This record gives sequence, structure tokens and C-alpha cells, in this order.
Amino acid sequence: MANSKHQIYLRVKNVNKSFGDVNVLNDISLNCQQGELICLLGPSGCGKTTLLRIIAGLEQQDQGNIIQNGVDISNLPVEKRDFGIVFQSYALFPNLTVAQNIAYGLRKQTKTKKATRVNALLETIGLEEHADKYPSQLSGGQQQRVALARALAISPGLLLLDEPLSALDTKVRQHLRQEIKSLQRELGITTIMVTHDQDEAMSMADRIVVLKDGFIEQIGTPSEIYSNPASPFVANFIGSMSFVPVTACANDTLTVKQQNLPCKLPEWVTVGDTIQLGIRPESVTALPAKGNQQEALSGKVQKIEFMGAYVRLYIHLNDENMSPVRVMVDVNNELHQEHGYKENMAVELTLKQQAMAFYPQQGESL
Amino acid sequence: MTNIAATFSVVPKVVPKKAFTPGNLILLFVLLLLVLGLVLPMLMIGDFSLSNKAGEFIGLTNFLEYFSTQSPLYSIGNTFKIGIITTLLVISLTFIYAYALNRSQIPGKKIFKLVAFLPILAPSLMPAISLVYLFGNQGLIKEILMGESIYGPIGIAMGLAFWCFPHALIIINTALSVTDQRLYESCKALNASKLETFFTVTLPSAKYGLISALLVTFTLTITDFGVPKVIGGQFNVLATDIYKQVVGQQNFQTGAVVSMLLLLPALMTFAIDRYLRSKQKDMVDHRATPYQPEKNHLRDTLLFIYCLLVSGVILAFIGTAIYASFISFWPYNMDLTLANYQFEFMDGGGWSAYFNSLEMAAWTALFGTCFVVLSVYMTEKVKVSSWLRRGIQGLALMPMAIPGMVLGLAYIFFFNHPDNPLNFLYGSMAILVISTVIHYYTVCHMTATTSLKQVDSAIESVSASLKVPQWVTFFKVTMPMSLPAVLDIGFYYFVNAMTTVSAVVFLYSSDTMLASVAVLNMDDAGDIAPAAAMATMIFITSAAAKILYGALSHGVLKRTQAWRR
Repeated sequence: MANSKHQIYLRVKNVNKSFGDVNVLNDISLNCQQGELICLLGPSGCGKTTLLRIIAGLEQQDQGNIIQNGVDISNLPVEKRDFGIVFQSYALFPNLTVAQNIAYGLRKQTKTKKATRVNALLETIGLEEHADKYPSQLSGGQQQRVALARALAISPGLLLLDEPLSALDTKVRQHLRQEIKSLQRELGITTIMVTHDQDEAMSMADRIVVLKDGFIEQIGTPSEIYSNPASPFVANFIGSMSFVPVTACANDTLTVKQQNLPCKLPEWVTVGDTIQLGIRPESVTALPAKGNQQEALSGKVQKIEFMGAYVRLYIHLNDENMSPVRVMVDVNNELHQEHGYKENMAVELTLKQQAMAFYPQQGESL
Repeated sequence: MTNIAATFSVVPKVVPKKAFTPGNLILLFVLLLLVLGLVLPMLMIGDFSLSNKAGEFIGLTNFLEYFSTQSPLYSIGNTFKIGIITTLLVISLTFIYAYALNRSQIPGKKIFKLVAFLPILAPSLMPAISLVYLFGNQGLIKEILMGESIYGPIGIAMGLAFWCFPHALIIINTALSVTDQRLYESCKALNASKLETFFTVTLPSAKYGLISALLVTFTLTITDFGVPKVIGGQFNVLATDIYKQVVGQQNFQTGAVVSMLLLLPALMTFAIDRYLRSKQKDMVDHRATPYQPEKNHLRDTLLFIYCLLVSGVILAFIGTAIYASFISFWPYNMDLTLANYQFEFMDGGGWSAYFNSLEMAAWTALFGTCFVVLSVYMTEKVKVSSWLRRGIQGLALMPMAIPGMVLGLAYIFFFNHPDNPLNFLYGSMAILVISTVIHYYTVCHMTATTSLKQVDSAIESVSASLKVPQWVTFFKVTMPMSLPAVLDIGFYYFVNAMTTVSAVVFLYSSDTMLASVAVLNMDDAGDIAPAAAMATMIFITSAAAKILYGALSHGVLKRTQAWRR
């Protein structure tokens, strides 16, 4: 590779886009490093696909610039840009064979060169024996591999993946995730992938861009985003999180439903504020209530959900006058056996201090 | 958090929209052709209806005059009477027929379907001629009418019913075939009776199809000219009035007035139909499982007898005209002869009329298909200005609402105008082709649109990303994928060009006499056997086209569409 690892390959600068009255993208800025795999993650309608299509030139931004490898490509038509793209629908040419599909972008090359390239790619995706089949004769996963090979055939500088795995079965999807990821590593090709599946983003991305309503909510590595979600939205979109309204007291203490809890409050909190305490289910332990244990919250098991590898408890915090607050707790199967959790059982919750996240009360802007 | 979003500010640049892209220019050209071939002639005919012979604007005077001096109420009344009677007849006949094809286990469905579509291959004059042979003054079985004359409403209704049958059947058949099996299973689970099921599931799901078929048939019947011309006798309808005013009395202003009167109901039914179709879209569930009829002996026997009867009548209507064309002198000398096919000895253009028709149909199929594919591809698959796209899509629907007679007359006004630089087209083969391409444009446009919409739009995006020009992808991928629809359009244009009389009856010249017009003229002159012979030639040619089309679809397509397995 000519470029060093940390060089910025693609810059998205202040991109705005609206369809009619709807602002689909609001002042989006983003830098992708050479060889990085970036996931645009968000619920449907968040603008992630539009952003990808703008980078491809399939959609024209209202404002802003796209700079690829130092060249401003903002106004270049699709065919003048340097990228390969894979769609959720595969978009293979149904009347051409697998080999003809892969060779489609190589039409100006000599026959021998073409054949060598196609064979190499067929080998990469492991479909050598299917070269002369039509797309409809392949499985979904195989078709998507062909689409990937076709996109890579012209050796593009940038690979764009638009929900490439969403149409596939769970097992195939998990397998292809790793396959795409390792192929991308091997080629060192800068890649932008759109997905609404947080597991996919977590397992594949070098960095994740979380989008919501046309705004970037957070950019970070999967572990940064999981352990330090920038907003309740991000926390809930990636993994699960319980939110408990709490009142900040002096000396780094909180009041939760008339119960006190020591913790480390962030700097922006002033004493007397009502804020939200966020906690992931795996950072809470629930033990059968035995008496007044200090630094624990008491509650009642409301519902038990079996999740396979673990059990999720939904616990209502004890409260006399207000609406119940629900906290999720993940318990592994052995612990579940040991304590014999049942509905309506009184429990005491301990929250891991380092795992607590604090957000302003809903309705206030961040 | 490592938010490394660019912090330096850039002045955002508003991207200018390009107007003169190749796509826009091509569509602009398509729009120009539609304006010249459709909009301007229609404006001219409207203008004519409001002007006097000197071309001065006189408001509604022509209309008032027409209503005071002629007997227009008689024609209007007749037109609607025929329209309503025929429509009800056709809808009940086709509904049961379609029901049998979709909801029973009768044998021979394919053959019944084939027979039901035969009338499309014949000009509307053909059933009228058959009726003359069967029920006319020398008719074989005129006793069946019990003294009533076939020359009048009875004949018109029967002829039109035959001719409209396949048109209504296509729509109702589609409506009945999309019903979801699961709805019937739900009915069973809920213990609903057969009758309840029919009224709560079958009828509602076919409702829009039925209404649509109703409107289409109504428009066809009030605007058809061939049947009432041949068998209408003194029973005047608006379509024959236009012909009489223009060809008989050279009274173009009144012709324009009657055209406006005929255009109005056609436009209205068309508008209602469009509205209903747009509503129907929400009803179709693409995950529906197709209906599998159960065995029911009584029902199947009754429906089978019904289908036999109906298809027997259809075959009789076609067979009689063909048979009669080989008869020396019906009914006195029933010897077989080929004399009626010696068209050169008759008034009506001779064999050259037939070859003109063949030529016209071939050009229409060729140019029409190219024109449709070009305009639909441009609107569906190329980035073009949205006002152009919407303009074309709107204009594309218009021809369906315009009766052929009206379009033909409009062409006279527009292309025969001395100041029109295009008036060299008048009387040429080209104007016949243009009028036919425009007249049948809507259905072709919709067929092509449906077909192209099924082609994944990401295909164009992918090929652009692979730096392959779009026209290469058009020929290598899009066209091969849409080949069945393209053949469909070509066939539709060919057959309609062979059989149409309505628009071209005003536009042919002595050099470009057409077979369908020759049928009309020979019948007019009393040469009914040669008329039957020429109608037979048209029918055979259409049938040959149908067979060729079928062979192409099966043979050649099998090769290029191998991927469809």
C-alpha cells in the first residue's frame, strides 16, 4: 500500500441533504482512514443509506463536499468516481453467468487478462465450480459473494456495502461477516458499510458511526460505543440499558426511589438535579433479599425471560407513590439455579459503579 | 470517544442542477413527438368545434346548432343504451367465464382461454359480418330472433359483446387470479358458508377489477365504429355520426362537435378507472398464496357446459365469416369458391390494401415498440428532470381516453392545415403509422413500465460504479431481461394496426388504402362476401403473428432467458 495506515482516505464535509421538507442528513462530517472499515449504523430512516449513496454519487448532496484520496469528488458523476458497491438485493445481472457478472467491469481489458482476474476472484470467493451458472441457480450467500467479487474486480479504492447481509439467513450472515471482514483486511481496502444490525456493526467495524434522524449521534470503536454510549439512544440501540431517574445529592450520592446510593457523579451535574442513571443488564447483580444490605436497591422480580445462555430478570424497584421503575439484570444459568429466581421474589440489586452512565433527564438537550 | 470529524470549516457549495443532460434531451424529443402527435391535434379539434367555417371563434354556436337542427338526442340516447346493455352483457358473461377459469377444476382451461382471446385478432367488423350471415335478411338462423331485425341495437350489442369479450376477460381474470388462498382458509376456519364466502371474499377482492372492466367495456362500446357501421342500419350512434358528418357531408365543424360529445364520457370513465386503479394498489398483497380450487362436481359440470357454449359462440362468430368468404352466393349457391379473394376485381383497394396493412402494421410494431421502450426507459431508468418525467407519464395515459374516431379527425384538422409544416405527412403511410402508434400508446407504455420497474434499479448503479456506460448495460442486461415485454408490445401494436378502423378511416389516401378500411368499404358497397374474405385475411395474419409471437417467446426466449429457470 502506498498510503500509510493513518492517512485519511475519505473526508465527508458538512454534508446536508433533504427530500422535500424532510432533512435526511444534517451537517454530516466524517473522516475515514486508509484501510478502515466503517459501519454506518442506525434505525431505518436515519439517513445512513442516503449518506452512502451520496458518497457513491448516486444521490446528490444539497450542500457539502466529499473528498476521496485528496480529490474533491463532490460533483463527479458515478462513473467518474472510484468505488465498488454491493447492494442488499445483490443486483447481479440475472441474464449473465457468474463469470460474466464478475468480468462486467473489465470489458476494456484483454481476454486473457480478464480470464485471469475472474479466476483469481472466483478462487477468493470459493465459487470456482460455479463460474458458468446463472445467479438464480446460486444461494443467497453465494450470490452476495459474486456481487462482492464483481465490485472488487476493478480494484476500486473504496468499497461501499449497502446492508449486504440483511437479506440472508442468520447462519450464512454470521459466516459471511467474518469472510468479508478478513477479505477487507487482506486487501486493505477502505470500506463503508451501512447496516441496521448492531451485532453486525460490532463484529465487523473498526469504527461505528451511529446515526439518528440525520444527525451523527456518536463515532467510535465498537468497545468505546458499547462502554461509553454518548446518549440513551446509542446505549439502547447497541445492547440494552436500563434507565433510572435519580436525584443527585451532595458527597457523590444519589437518591433512587428514596434509597441512597454512593457513586461518582460527572462534573456537569449539580446537586439537586434529577438525572438519568443508565446501567447495562450485565453490570447489575441481583441477590435474594436478606435484610438491609448497604449500597443496594431493593425491588421485586416482575418477569423472567429465558435467553439461552443466560436469564434476564425484569425487576421493579420498590416504591410507594411513583410509577414503577424497571431494571434489567442478566444472570447466568448456574446463578439462576442457585438462587431460584421467581416472579414476585424480593431482591437486592447492586450496581457496578464504573459501569454507571449518566444522562440529563429526557426532554433536556444533551 | 474519538470523534475525528473535520473541525475546519468549509464554505458549503450549492450544487447546480444540470438541465441539458442527454437523458433530458432525449425525453424532450419524446415529449415533442407526443405534443405533435397528440396534444396539438386534440387542441385543434377542440378549437374547430368552437369555430365557424372561416375559422373564427363562435363559442358554443356549433353545439347549439347541432342540438337544434339534427337529432343528436336520438344518437346520444342510442349510444348510451348500447353502451349500458352491452357492458352489462359482457361483464356477466366474462365474470362467469373468468370464474370458471380460476375457481373450478374444469378440463381444457388453456383451450378455453385461447378461444376467448381470438376476438382480439379480428377487426370489429368481422363479428358484424358474421351476424349478417347468421341473422340478416338471408341469414341462416334468423328465425331465432323471432321477427326482430338484426340490423339495429340487437346486432350492435351482439357484435360488440363478441369484440369486447377478451378485453373485459383480461381484467376480470387478473382480478380473480390474485385472490389470496389464505382468505378462503380463514373463512373455512371461521365456519363461513359458501355463499357468505363468495360475498365477503370473492366479490370484494374482484370489485375493482369488475368496475375497471365495466368502464373499459363501456368506453369500447360507445366509441366503436365498425360494428354499428356494418350492422347498425338506421340505428345511429355518435361514432357513426362523426363518420357521416365528415365523410358523407364534409361537415367538419359538426364532426368536431360530435367528437367532443363522444370524448366527454370516454374521459370521464377513464378518470374514474384511473382513480380506482390507484386505490386498488393498496389491496394487492405480494405475499398472497395463489388460490387452489377444490373439486365440486356439480359446479364444475355447469361451468364446463357454460364455457363450451360461450367458446362455441365465439368460434361460430369467427367461423361464419371465414366460411362465408368461400361461398359463391350466400344462401342460394353454397358452392365453395376462391372468387371472393380476387380483391383486384372489387372496389376497395384490392390486394394492395392488404399489403398496405401489412406494411403499416410492421412499421407500427417496429417504430411503436422502439418509441415506447425509449420513452419508458428514459423515464424509469435515467436521471431526468422530474417535470419531464411527470409530463411524459401524464401524456402517456391520454391516448387511452381518446376514441379512435376523435383522434383520426383531430389528425385531419392538424396535419391537413395548410400552415402546418408537417402537412406533407397527410395522406402518407407515415401518418397512418403515427396515428396508430399514438392511439394504442397507453397500454404499451404501461406494459413497458411494469416490466422495467421489475428490473432492480441497483443494476444501473452497479454498472455505473463499474464504469460501464449505461447504454452498454441497456443492451447487455436491461433489454434481454425485458424481452418478453418488448415482444408483447410489438405483437400488440401489430395486431391492433391490422385490425383498427377508427382512426385510420379518416387518414388513408388512395395509395395507402388499408385492409380494414377495405372491409368497411366493400361492405358499404354491398360486396359482403369479399368483405368477409378481407376480414378473414386480417384474422389469419393476426393469428399468424400470434403464432410467431408464441414461437419467439418459447424458442428464442428459451435461449436468452435461460437464467429464468
